[in-house]
Amino acid sequence: MQQLTNPHEYPGKLIVVEGIDGSGKSTQAFLLQQWLQSKGLRVFFTEWNSSLLVKSTTKQAKKKNRLTPTTFSLLHCTDFADRLMYRVIPPLKAGMIVIADRYAFTAFARDSARGVEPQWVRQLYSFAIKPDIAFYFRVPVDISLARISSARAQLKYYEAGMDTGLSKDINECFRLFQGEVIRQYDLMTPEFGLQVMDATETIDVQQKRVRAIAQEMLADYHPDGNNRKQTRAREGGSHV
Amino acid sequence: MSGEVTSTKKRFLGLGLPYVDQEHLLGRLIVIEGSDGVGRSTQIRMLRNWLEVQGAGVVETGWTRSQLMSHTIDLAKEGHKMNNVTFNLLYATDFADRLEHELIPALRAGFIVLADRYVYTAFARARVRDTATKWLQNLYGFALQPDLVLYLKARVDTIVNRILASGELDYWEAGMDQNPGFDPYDSLMRYQRKLLREFGKLAKENNFHLINANRNIESIQLDLRRAIATHLGWTLTDDVLLPNEMAGGAPALATA
Repeated sequence: MQQLTNPHEYPGKLIVVEGIDGSGKSTQAFLLQQWLQSKGLRVFFTEWNSSLLVKSTTKQAKKKNRLTPTTFSLLHCTDFADRLMYRVIPPLKAGMIVIADRYAFTAFARDSARGVEPQWVRQLYSFAIKPDIAFYFRVPVDISLARISSARAQLKYYEAGMDTGLSKDINECFRLFQGEVIRQYDLMTPEFGLQVMDATETIDVQQKRVRAIAQEMLADYHPDGNNRKQTRAREGGSHV
Repeated sequence: MSGEVTSTKKRFLGLGLPYVDQEHLLGRLIVIEGSDGVGRSTQIRMLRNWLEVQGAGVVETGWTRSQLMSHTIDLAKEGHKMNNVTFNLLYATDFADRLEHELIPALRAGFIVLADRYVYTAFARARVRDTATKWLQNLYGFALQPDLVLYLKARVDTIVNRILASGELDYWEAGMDQNPGFDPYDSLMRYQRKLLREFGKLAKENNFHLINANRNIESIQLDLRRAIATHLGWTLTDDVLLPNEMAGGAPALATA
């Protein structure tokens, strides 16, 4: 199970967007999806934390603030595994383009920032498949904070890392915690070949670059060409 | 001297919990492993009572009892919605919740923790299901190394008879997920045989203390008490080993 570091063999393509809250990654993912669809490509969008299996537990546990760094990590990994099996791999097998808003790298950054062993989380997610591109929208913590504050009234407890006890002031805690998350993303940029995007640029400038990079990666993508043959060749294989 | 629990330095099985202080875990973690139907819960109930009579504080913990996850696990089992990875992750989450909210605080407070099964149950089940064992060992790297593992070892017919008599045979207990198309009884036999084989290997690898569980409840209990008393450095007198229901009279008071 070292699939996160070896290229996958599905006919589809997996594009991942990563970054802290308020980095603008979801906006960029949405614009990329619109563009790809306008070219007649079949695109499937999936985001973190959407699987039914653990949704209610996560919600309940978050409400009671019962989660420790380790249970937080494990619950999200369970959710991720469920999502991977049902929402990511099947469309990739069918030759579709999958855009994932947050992927395993979110866990590596977030859980390590909470004090879990970085090597442990990486091993935990070793069943994940390697994305064809992983964009990392890098933004200073103050800009992210300003963007979130203008969009909604309050920061969320876990988003601000209040469980870490870094500060009793929620804004200050967000700064400290997300600052550590950014440091963790920086550490894994060379490790996993993340495509770093300057998320302080305007939306259209960023999107132009995103599309150029995506286009280059899609050069060998032929959704209706030799897909069928490839799928058949791999039917015997399993991923876990 | 009975009743006294001296502290030991705890270690993790693998990459542990860096944010947890493991220096001051004063109590002892004693694990009772053994297949379904081997009589673990009866034995643990008697052990608890015995230890308390000796003056030791006891906390019990089971394999899927956490407030956080039991409901989700039951739900997922009902729908058979799990694959091997999510199955193991759900159990690990449940265990981590109990470890951090129950076991570690109890050990810190100097209790003897009696664990009704431990990570080895997950290892054995996963090995039967061919889940990548290296991945699973890393997953449970955060688990504390037990001070003592008592393995109730029984023959497959003893186990199967007890499972059937308990009326608790279900889809998972019978291992039907791995034996599609099998009749539940055949599947149960096959599954329990494989489980026993894996437990046997784990016992060797991890120095389990073997207890012959093909005997009557009292004989098994006496062996368990002897193993625990020895482990704790208590003197093996009848007074220590046979108070309460096994001495045939009124419970004896703990004596130092």
